Order: sequence, then C-alpha cells, then structure tokens
Amino acid sequence: MKKLAREFLKGITHENPTFRLILGLCPTLAVSTSVENGIGMGMAATFVLLGSNIIISSLRKVIPDQIRIPCFIVVIATFVTIVELAMKAYAPALSRALGIFVPLIVVNCVVLGRAEAFARKEPVFVSMLDAMGMGVGFTLALVLISGIREILGNGTFLGFLIMKSFEPVLFIVLAPGALLVIGLLIGFINMLAKKRAAKVSRVK
Amino acid sequence: MFLSVVIGAIFINNFILSKFLGLCSFIGISKETRPALYMGVSVTFVMTCASMITWAIYNFVLVPFHIEYLRTISFILVIASFVQLVEMVIKKLSQGLYRTLGIYLPLITVNCAVLGVAVLNSETFFKHGMNPAASFVLSTLQGFCVGIGFILVMLFMSGIRERLELCDVPSSFKDAPIAFIIASLMSMAFMGFSGFRF
Repeated sequence: MKKLAREFLKGITHENPTFRLILGLCPTLAVSTSVENGIGMGMAATFVLLGSNIIISSLRKVIPDQIRIPCFIVVIATFVTIVELAMKAYAPALSRALGIFVPLIVVNCVVLGRAEAFARKEPVFVSMLDAMGMGVGFTLALVLISGIREILGNGTFLGFLIMKSFEPVLFIVLAPGALLVIGLLIGFINMLAKKRAAKVSRVK
Repeated sequence: MFLSVVIGAIFINNFILSKFLGLCSFIGISKETRPALYMGVSVTFVMTCASMITWAIYNFVLVPFHIEYLRTISFILVIASFVQLVEMVIKKLSQGLYRTLGIYLPLITVNCAVLGVAVLNSETFFKHGMNPAASFVLSTLQGFCVGIGFILVMLFMSGIRERLELCDVPSSFKDAPIAFIIASLMSMAFMGFSGFRF
C-alpha cells in the first residue's frame, strides 16, 4: 500500500515533471497565460498520460523492443486525437485558446518519457497510479505558473479581479515573462531541495 | 508575401523565443557552440523535408479520402519514420557525419518544433482554394526559415552559456534556471521585432 502511495505521490513532489525533471516545458510556458488555459491543458495531458500508460503497460509483453518508440507514438497520438476532437466539440473556446498545443501533446516529453521509463516495465495498476501522479503534478505546476502570471500580469485569478489598486505588469503575460517565471521558480525549488537535503544529512 | 514569411518565421514569431517550441533541445544542447550548431542544422534539414512530406501526405492522402482528422497521427508517424530513414542513410554514407549528427537525430523525432511546423503549415497554408504550387512553396519556405531561426537562437544561447561557465552563478540557479532567465532577456530583445509589417 505504501509503495502504491509512493508511486502516486512521486509525480507531484520529488519527480515533478516540470520542476524536477524539466520535461514538457513547451506547452507549460505557452499556455500558462491564464489559469483557465493551464487547467485545460493539464487535464488534457493527464487524460492522454492515463490512457497511453494503461494501453502501453497492458501491451508491454506484445510490443517488440526494437520498434517500441513508433508503437508508443501511435498509442499516444490516438489519445491526443480523441482529446483534440472532444475539445473541439465540447469546449471550442478552450480549443481555440490552446490552439496548436493540443496536437503537440503527442511530442510532449512527459508522456513519451513515462511510457519509456515506467509503463513498459510495470503492471497496469501501478502504471495507472504513476500516470495519475504525473498528470496531477503537471497540472499543479501549470496552475502555479499560470496563477503567478495571471495575477501579476493581468490582476485576475480565474478571471476574477483580485488586484484593484495595482497596475498589471503586462510583460509577465508575454513570452519573456514566462521564461523569467519558470527560471526563477526552478531556481527557488532547487534551493529549497538543497536546504532540505542539508538538514536531512545533519540529522543523520 | 515571401518576405513576410521569411522575416516572420526567423524573427517575429521565432519558434523558440516567442512560440516556445523546441525548448527541451534548446535548453539541453546549448551548452557548447559546436553541438548547438549541428543540432540546429539537423533540425533545419528535417523541418524542411518534413514540411514537403506532410504537404504531400495532407493533399494526396488525407484530403481525397476525407480523413483530415487523422492529421496528428499521420504527421508524427511520417516525421518519425523520415528521421529513422535519414539516420540509416547517413550511417551508410558517411561514418564521420553519423558520429557528429547521428546522436541528435533520434532527439528530433520528439522535438515539438518539427511537428509544430507541420501543424502550423497545415493551419495557415493548406486551405481550400489556395493555389497548390504556392501552398507547397510557402510551406517549404516556412519550414526552412523556422529552422534558420532555430539555428540563430541556438548559436546566441550557446555563445552566452560558454561565457557563463566562468561566471559566479548562485549554485541553485546553475544550468537550466539561469538559461531560462537569459532566454527571457533574449526573448525581450526579440519582442522589438514584433511591430514589423510588410
């Protein structure tokens, strides 16, 4: 039970795809202009991760080793197409806002990375937990980044005005702001991780 | 029209700095100038060819059979197999070239910039009623110029990061975080191009 919980939690904390593994950054930076887009992207990526991890891990004994990457890509692309069509039908505004980044979930390194590093070796249920953990970790990272960018750059959170006596810093919503925010966040998280590691080694 | 595609793809909508495509390889392989240049050249080559191939697939296979919704799957498969083919050809033709470029080729398959160009082309130039020759030429041109923009930014970044090795950066900001902050400054400089009109 403890092992299962760990598989789920590792994606959120110490193996967080965005901050610790530095994977899947392109969509993270591009769609994090507002929290709404961030959550939409996170949920789409989580669905694809979950679907592809389940399928790949249940086929792990069938897929030959030499051509595993093309096989993984076909499975992933199928789920991405499902998401793309479903989003166009039921959330056209979100689909327009995310634009080119919905089809690009196919080449998101997080999805392929989990298939390659986890799902092709582990049983179905554990892979499912791994995918859910990674998906939640990715979504939380997106919410954090887009929250910072929306509050500072637009003065709103999820569309509600929260910073009244404050001139929004437009720069943060534009492209350079995204790179700056992610650079600083990764730096600070490294710093915290180092402090914690130092504390643990002192206690020992 | 041609000039606006060229300038737009290289400077105004630079894929790395304003569209955030291909960031993984940008951060990963920009520590030294030489590998950065090789990576840029292989990406440009693959992008140009991928633009032509995906144009052909879209217009000769997907449109006649009315299966445009299979765009994502067919594009990524075509790109992946094309990259594999290039790798095999280079391996057969020249061992030296294989040793310098070969290691970057598998990385290009999952470089979102290549699929990004194909999808962008299909959204801007593959419309009904557009002259097929013009749409083919414009797609190829856009693929090539996006690649040139990629090389340009890779070279800038690797030049800066080589100098950065000598600087005293706070230890937790070493490598990726400081690279992002530099990229942010560069992206700000590139925003200066955004008012250009032709």
